[in-house]
Amino acid sequence: MSTLNQNGTPAGVTPSQTVGPYFKIGLIDERWTRMIPPGEGSLITVAGTVLDADGKPVPDAMLEIWQPDRPAFGRFGTDRVDGSFIFQTLLPVGLQQPDGATHAGHLNVSVFARGLLKRLHTRIYFEGDALNASDPVLALVPEARRATLMARPVNGVERRFSFDVRLCGPGETVFFDC
Amino acid sequence: MKLTHPYPRESLQFDPPYLHPAYVSTQTRAPRQPLIVIPQTLSELTGPAFGHAEVKSGDADLTAQGEGAPLGERIIVHGRVLDERGRPVPDSLIEIWQANAAGRYHHVNDRHDAPLDPNFFGAGRCVTDREGRYRFVTIRPGAYPWGNHPNAWRPAHIHLSLFGPCFLTRLVTQMYFPGDPLFPFDPIFNAVPDARARERLVARFDLEATRPDWALGFQFDIVLRGSHATPLETEHAP
Repeated sequence: MSTLNQNGTPAGVTPSQTVGPYFKIGLIDERWTRMIPPGEGSLITVAGTVLDADGKPVPDAMLEIWQPDRPAFGRFGTDRVDGSFIFQTLLPVGLQQPDGATHAGHLNVSVFARGLLKRLHTRIYFEGDALNASDPVLALVPEARRATLMARPVNGVERRFSFDVRLCGPGETVFFDC
Repeated sequence: MKLTHPYPRESLQFDPPYLHPAYVSTQTRAPRQPLIVIPQTLSELTGPAFGHAEVKSGDADLTAQGEGAPLGERIIVHGRVLDERGRPVPDSLIEIWQANAAGRYHHVNDRHDAPLDPNFFGAGRCVTDREGRYRFVTIRPGAYPWGNHPNAWRPAHIHLSLFGPCFLTRLVTQMYFPGDPLFPFDPIFNAVPDARARERLVARFDLEATRPDWALGFQFDIVLRGSHATPLETEHAP
């Protein structure tokens, strides 16, 4: 109602509310698991599961992937039975910042779900990227928790990586405030 | 590394917390470790120009997606998208989804014993104009029960999703209707701690936008995060 102050400026940012269990009606198109148009290079596949405090799969989460180096965007819901997800993109490359520093290639991730009153923000880095060691954002994460941000190559499957999101509990994924 | 935040972090102070025990699902889904404060890098200061190409003008009319007219009370929902400094957010995608007039979603998991409407699917989208304005025509959604606690009912609401200019401006929220008697009982609405901030989730009945003999109008302005007036210029030594 009182969105504006008396001087006409907004009284504040509109608060977040949960995406709820029925977002697929409005937000999901199955094509959006492929972030790159056909013919633009050799894609990687990232697959995983969203898990809750009890280690149970979350079958109604939505992930959004923002890849600034391309740029590219993906959005999808987790599987309504086993909470899994899978998407394809190009391996992100190091990103030069306005201050000249190059940050490690990564994907910026928003997690939405019933039970999340606002999105969670995390990142997917790729194990083995030489730039990880000097990445200033990773450096802010306690070393013991950095592994939660790493997509790992799947043994024996070329160009395939695994990455799980643990919303809370043991091995909880690192989430950011920014 | 200097923690630069061109978009002030304090702007998110009106958001609900992750853990709000009265909303039971938060208990197994809210993170327990502290969030890690990171700088706003190029990664957060850019974002997708998403979906514009696919948005058709008819997508903003949720009453015209079936073979006939849907049942229920036709309404117009309109407003402006602004940033926190009052600047309009133009050319920005808004997506909405909602239950039908009987309180039932067109979704396989919705088992509420209320009728589906063959002429209502409950999804729409549009792009804001140069002044940040948007407008939808839809049906007033019904309240519906949910399993959070005994006799729990959600107040009638429309879900909204907005991107704004970058990753940081992303917002998913819900618009409510004025005077809903269910407000005091809803843990999702009341998860927003500040009473005046909760008010900003409630649309205003708008007689000027009401079209005679056709539909009631509701105004709902949406405010996204905004950057400092002169971003990145505050680091010069005195």
